[in-house]
Amino acid sequence: MNRFTGHDLDCIRGERLVFTGLRFELAQGEALVLVGANGSGKSSLLRLMAGFLRPARGELRWNGASLSEDPEGHRARICYVGHLDAVKPVLTVAENLGFWAELWGGGLESVGPALRAFGVDHLADVPGRFLSAGQKRRVNLARMAVSRTAALWLLDEPTTALDRAGVAALGKVLAAHRGRGGMAVVATHSELPLDGSKLLDLGYFAMAEVPV
Amino acid sequence: MTRLACILGREFRLAQRHGMDSVLVVVFFVLAVVLFPFGVGPEPNILARIAAGVLWVAALFATMLGLERLFQADYEDGSLELLMLTPLPLEGVVLAKVAAHWLTTGLPLLIAAPLLAAILNMNVAGFLVLILALLLGTPTLSLIGTVGAALVLGSRRGGILLSLLVLPLYIPVLIFGVSAVDAAIGGFGVRAQLLILGAFLLASLALCPWAAAAALRQALE
Amino acid sequence: MHRFANPNRFMQISGALLPWTAASTVLLVAAGLYLGLFRAPPDYQQGESVRIMYVHVPTSWMAMFCYTFLAGSAAVGLIWKHPLADLSAKAAAPIGACFTLLALATGSLWGKPMWGTWWEWDARLTSVLVLFFLYLGYIALVNAFDDPTRGVRAGSILALVGFVNVPIIKFSVDWWNTLHQPASVFRMDGPTIHTSMLIPLLLMGVGFTTYFFWVWMLRVRTEIVAGKIRAHRRRQVQRAPVDFAGDGRAVSTEG
Repeated sequence: MNRFTGHDLDCIRGERLVFTGLRFELAQGEALVLVGANGSGKSSLLRLMAGFLRPARGELRWNGASLSEDPEGHRARICYVGHLDAVKPVLTVAENLGFWAELWGGGLESVGPALRAFGVDHLADVPGRFLSAGQKRRVNLARMAVSRTAALWLLDEPTTALDRAGVAALGKVLAAHRGRGGMAVVATHSELPLDGSKLLDLGYFAMAEVPV
Repeated sequence: MTRLACILGREFRLAQRHGMDSVLVVVFFVLAVVLFPFGVGPEPNILARIAAGVLWVAALFATMLGLERLFQADYEDGSLELLMLTPLPLEGVVLAKVAAHWLTTGLPLLIAAPLLAAILNMNVAGFLVLILALLLGTPTLSLIGTVGAALVLGSRRGGILLSLLVLPLYIPVLIFGVSAVDAAIGGFGVRAQLLILGAFLLASLALCPWAAAAALRQALE
Repeated sequence: MHRFANPNRFMQISGALLPWTAASTVLLVAAGLYLGLFRAPPDYQQGESVRIMYVHVPTSWMAMFCYTFLAGSAAVGLIWKHPLADLSAKAAAPIGACFTLLALATGSLWGKPMWGTWWEWDARLTSVLVLFFLYLGYIALVNAFDDPTRGVRAGSILALVGFVNVPIIKFSVDWWNTLHQPASVFRMDGPTIHTSMLIPLLLMGVGFTTYFFWVWMLRVRTEIVAGKIRAHRRRQVQRAPVDFAGDGRAVSTEG
């Protein structure tokens, strides 16, 4: 039974204290939705969880063990989808995805089903530079589906540029992931079909206003 | 190891699709060398005297060409973040990038260098040592350059800043590279110079991936 | 904020030390200059021009000392993530660069009567020139980022890489120099130096060191205050009701 927890986290970005004393708890099969105003630190929290950033104070733990003890093991169980789509314009969609599939050990055969899950399998041979923003986003999201070993999915505004069908497909893939016992943390402004997800409002952890 | 090969394969595919990067590097190298006879005059003696230095300085500048784009493209489109999240240590990713840079930049220079040495009327006795010295020296240049490329990621003026950071660190390689060729032409032993170039290569192989990975980590914070 | 606890203590301590370092700098440099320029004997070969040494040699020492200090601060900043160490590195760099430039300028002035040229490709002078480029690279890198903490972190890595390279560059330049010309005309090292020359040299050296710490403290204090002003500005922005800023990195659009 996997557990991912955060304890009294402080985050400082560019000399600014973004949030303080943040806690969360996530068990196998659960999803956490991050909400909060712009600048409240949703992206920063996801980057903390991914290990790009280190907390200024506090600790992140996986099954009780601090992440700083085993950063490489943690990296291996993460799938991160950021604002940027990481689609190379000169490579075809299949080549783009195939590279990550091989790197993550999913194998090339996982590419086809992943593209199908997001309805972009007809684009497999199209170079990245011809894709629209929404199509790029779908290819980016399909990356999650090739990284089956990742237990923890971190999604930063995954619905940007997605149409309604794309959002539905994302919901289905997320549900399948949770059904396999995976966890997901999603920062979003829009509605996502996520049954029984927990909500974390980062506004609660902003620094109390200090009179100047 | 398969993961390293995987990244390397992608780099090659990208280089090939972008087209002719290596050819451009060689063209730049040739052009830079060809400028010197116009600058110092076509007397064969003078050219032969400065040939080793000219070739090495031109090679130094030529290796700078591809450096700026080495991480920049991956940084801008988000691939670098994802590369950080592979089970492969970031140092391994850096090594794959270095290898790709050397194979697309250093190796072509190595092949073009003897032809240019002939144009500059360099003594034939120096040819083999020139190739050996470049073989030992250019990977060091790629390694040092990678650190610089990682450091300037996301800065306001990448290219010019990169040359300011990297060129002073290239000086030792330049000194011993030229010294080896000159010694060979003069009929002296070249063992010491080649060994020192080898030592530089080993030391930078041990230190540069680590420094570049540290730079990448803080670039992605 | 808990992170600002240490800088406050630094402000207190440095505030108390500032007048002392300033006073000792003035006294030491004045004494050193007096002894060096008026009391020390002229050189039997070079005559009065040897007196440039009393500025040139201590500035070369300082050039190296400042880089060591910079690299040390950088290492502390990288390993323990101490914000004060970052500021310390950033503050030390321009002082070191100025000392290096002074060493180059006085070396060149000295070279004219000694060698008859304004610039001699002497091993020492050439190494100092490369060191000057290392300083320039550091300063340029630190100031090349919009986020000041990011610039200092990148600079720290560069400073450490440079520090590892300094002995290698020195070794290479010495090698290169012995190949291309006979040994240097003038060597400072060795026991031949007379006490009447050594004392002003040491006085100048210590005086320059206290000068370094004086200016370094001033610069770190300025950086701390500048950081507080930035924090103040940021609070003003946060309080403003307008809410159009993106969070973190830019959202990619097409192309």
